[in-house]
Amino acid sequence: MLKFTSKALTVLFVLFLMVPVLHAGETIHLGVAGAHSGDLASYGIPSVRAAELVVEMINSRGGVLGKKVEIWAEDDACKPELATNTATRLISKDVHVVMGHICSGATKAALGIYKDMNIITMSPSATNPDLTQSGNYPNFFRTIASDDAQARLEVDFALNKLKLKKIAVIHDKGDYGKGLAEFARMFLQKSGKAEVVLYEGITPGAVDYSAVIRKIKRSKAEAVIYGGYHPEASKLVSGIRKKRMNTIFISDDGVKDDTFIKVAKKYAEGVYATGPKDVSKNPMTIKAIADHKKKYGDDPGAFFLNAYSATLALLNAIEKSGSTKYTKIKNALQKEYVETPLGKIRFDNRGDAVGVGFSMYQVKNGSYVEVK
Amino acid sequence: MILSESFYESILYFFELFLSGITRGSIYALIALGYTMVYGIIELINFAHGEIYMIGAFIALIVSGIMTMYGYAGLSVFFTAMIVAVLYSSAYGFTLEKIAYKPLRNAPRLSPLISAIGMSIFLQNYVMLAQTSDFMPFPSLIPDFEFLALIDYIIGAPEVVILITTVIVMIALTFLIKYTRIGKAMRATAQDKKMAMLVGIDINKMISITFIIGSALAAIAGVLIASHIGQINFYIGFIAGIKAFTAAVLGGIGSIPGAVLGGMVLGLTESFATGYVSSDYEDVFAFGLLVLILIVRPSGLIGKTTTQKV
Amino acid sequence: MLKIVENIQSSFWTAIWFMLLTFPIMVIKVNTIDHTIEWRFKNMIWVGLSVFILSFLRQLYIQRKVGSGINKKFLKIHIKNKYYFLIAIFVILSTIFFPHLVSAYQVNIMTTAMIYVVLGLGLNIVVGLAGLLDLGYVAFYAVGAYSYALLNYHFQINFWTALPLCALLSATFGVLLGFPVLRLRGDYLAIVTLGFGEIIRLILENWNEFSFGPSGIANIPRPPFAGLENNIQTAAILMYYLMLLMVLFTIFMVNRLQNSRIGRAWIALREDEIACQAMGIDKTKTKLLAFALGATWAGLMGAFFAAKTTFINPACFTFLESAIILSIVVLGGMGSIFGVIIAAFILILLPEYLRAFSDYRMLIFGASMVLMMVFRPQGLISKVGRTYNKA
Repeated sequence: MLKFTSKALTVLFVLFLMVPVLHAGETIHLGVAGAHSGDLASYGIPSVRAAELVVEMINSRGGVLGKKVEIWAEDDACKPELATNTATRLISKDVHVVMGHICSGATKAALGIYKDMNIITMSPSATNPDLTQSGNYPNFFRTIASDDAQARLEVDFALNKLKLKKIAVIHDKGDYGKGLAEFARMFLQKSGKAEVVLYEGITPGAVDYSAVIRKIKRSKAEAVIYGGYHPEASKLVSGIRKKRMNTIFISDDGVKDDTFIKVAKKYAEGVYATGPKDVSKNPMTIKAIADHKKKYGDDPGAFFLNAYSATLALLNAIEKSGSTKYTKIKNALQKEYVETPLGKIRFDNRGDAVGVGFSMYQVKNGSYVEVK
Repeated sequence: MILSESFYESILYFFELFLSGITRGSIYALIALGYTMVYGIIELINFAHGEIYMIGAFIALIVSGIMTMYGYAGLSVFFTAMIVAVLYSSAYGFTLEKIAYKPLRNAPRLSPLISAIGMSIFLQNYVMLAQTSDFMPFPSLIPDFEFLALIDYIIGAPEVVILITTVIVMIALTFLIKYTRIGKAMRATAQDKKMAMLVGIDINKMISITFIIGSALAAIAGVLIASHIGQINFYIGFIAGIKAFTAAVLGGIGSIPGAVLGGMVLGLTESFATGYVSSDYEDVFAFGLLVLILIVRPSGLIGKTTTQKV
Repeated sequence: MLKIVENIQSSFWTAIWFMLLTFPIMVIKVNTIDHTIEWRFKNMIWVGLSVFILSFLRQLYIQRKVGSGINKKFLKIHIKNKYYFLIAIFVILSTIFFPHLVSAYQVNIMTTAMIYVVLGLGLNIVVGLAGLLDLGYVAFYAVGAYSYALLNYHFQINFWTALPLCALLSATFGVLLGFPVLRLRGDYLAIVTLGFGEIIRLILENWNEFSFGPSGIANIPRPPFAGLENNIQTAAILMYYLMLLMVLFTIFMVNRLQNSRIGRAWIALREDEIACQAMGIDKTKTKLLAFALGATWAGLMGAFFAAKTTFINPACFTFLESAIILSIVVLGGMGSIFGVIIAAFILILLPEYLRAFSDYRMLIFGASMVLMMVFRPQGLISKVGRTYNKA
């Protein structure tokens, strides 16, 4: 008898654990989803911190529409299947708006769910052009320019400014890197002004890259356009420079990161990378970074300013539209301008941010300098 | 000129790819030796071995970080980091065996395998949480040698060091296995555990020694490759581990020269595949090669059964 | 009493060992980017304390085990027959009504767990019954998922029509894998299957024209069923019931297979290949059938997975997935259906419910795998041979 009741109780208890705690309350629910653990955590954690700083600031001023804002952070480790889980979870808990996700793949996976439930989703970092250009996701916005804009900038710079004729396009076989590389190759081929002498993918985490580097040398490329993130970029650049090759290295915003310079050290000198327009003089930017330093003790990481701006934009839209309804918020995002660290922005009818663009930077004397 | 410019270039290119291949192959070989030795003695695929390699690299990073901060540089840092990394990796390997594998010595074959996979996940996350998930730059500890200055666009100092170290290690290991008492005892344990016990060999000690040596080799590989590439992170063990394991099987698991041969073959295949075809599919080539070789020679290139032959 | 003192002593030395061992990684944090070093001596104390306590407990456990002589179970269930019935009713009722009691999120998780149950049962055929160590099972899972996604994308084939096609394609791949490995034994087979799994993933990742590469395929439609699939909540419930049916179907099939001629042939193959051949069993046919059937289940689950998450990319099908499925089979006790079910629930639900620990999730997961093996190497439900009723 005892065995039976104890087993029954165990089963009941387990079932009970599975019933989510009902959330009561008059608060604004802001979902923040992204990679908060795993190897891409350094891309997702700064966004959570950005949201926390913004929400703290806004709550201290009375909140949005008189209600406090509550952050629900969900971790998807940049994995699509986890992203759908987190999306479902947020929906179940009745989230109002979502700031996220971080990686394009995860965002794509989750967007379908948010779309069905009419939840506005704004990403600070998902740059896949499809997300806004395909028209499939009318609920999606972002505070970062899409990949084809970056690739366009890189190619134009290479052709018109540097007047290059032979270019090798390399990528890291990932969604982001390969996407960029494909665009770059397409633009180069269409222009007819330069030859794509090599188009290769390297395996991130491989034991060594000397074979590819030697292949680059053999192809006699004047420059490498690389799509990918800074760890592989620094390995490539170091390898290239150690072999005494002067190949120009042009890359994307995954590489325009101070960490790249710190890791590649002297080999980083002269590397070009596209990145969001320089906003370091903007007083909001200065304050945001200072706040981060004060609360967390170090400099903010990737996409911090984008996430900060996204949170501001979302909460501002709720405030201005006076409601948390989908159509009202969407309207407000498209019509109202909002002051953010990235500048004064609003959103176009596809979801891209108007007023957020890319510039080309170069590493000079150990830091990135905008190339005019 | 008897030979045309481009012919010379092609030869040079081939030679460069060859060099890349054996550099890579040496790293695979060093790690593969650990796999093959452990397999030879307890018939276990030690999935956590790649993590030992990674830990070796991290320990070296920590040591060299501290030393450079206090003003030391150059070769003294390199050797100290190497020695400390080897010591610690061996300790980790030893502990790993005691916790996760020894209790399962009499268990069904698959249980230690799952335990190994679990330890692999555990160690990866342990380092990630205790240290950082970022890529950490690794100081280039190998100074540039003057005599290489002329051809260093072909071959750099790290590559030379890797090759020389691998050769030295190979010779030392062969000597150990073939001509010392301990080597004999290890071979005996690998051949037949019960008999070895009966003739008075302490098999627990032998197994521990195997793990220690294997881990030491992995640590050496870790430090070398970290100096060469310049960056490490907690995940490098996984990929290197799978590749090295493939190399060990390719050569014939349980066979020491097999591990070296397998490593070289794998490294060369990848290098030539990248150089002449496309680096997109270099891994597909590597695994495809494995399948082909195993179809033709089901026990690997020079593998016999599970004994540790030299 | 003396034992306790001894225990304390050895626990103490073990703790010291671990403190020294983990000293560099736990205590010293070198940041070579910013050129800082952080010393965290507090961690050393934590390590020391926890190792001491754990070691002490473990010694007690071993002594009790040896002393009492009987391994007093971990999950041996002694229930009197009449309660059996009540419990069964309770379990059945809660399974049926479950999705209506909890949120869509919880239903989703349970559905995922069920997918892994079927995967575990499928792999069980290959590894548990036939004894063929397959480390690349995820390849067939991927084949199924991509088949449905691509067939749907190019030919607008709906889910129900695609299912048998997926099954067929996976089975074909199973046979394709089976042929080259016929001659391989044990661990060579393992690495080749692992290689096969990786090859499939790499091809999916790199052959953009065929598989859309790393971006994957999005907007995969859910199984059409009276329009229920369009709303998130009802779609989740729909998938739950579909999977429940699949699980029941699979349990039925595996049970029948186990007790059939081919099932016995597999077991014979596992126990002793040479004797099996000597008894006249066609090794080739048996092995290929094992691979093909195992692959079929994985393929079906792949299609379900694609329909459930509506987005797939090659990163969903890594070696870690194969490793987890294999762990489910081993933890469950090779060949035991009930064990596989429980193991799947533990291994899949645990990380989900451990979300509270976020960062430490995978750490605990890895440690749990090791602990489960060390404390229960034969699996939760050890393989019990067919017994005949005692008179």
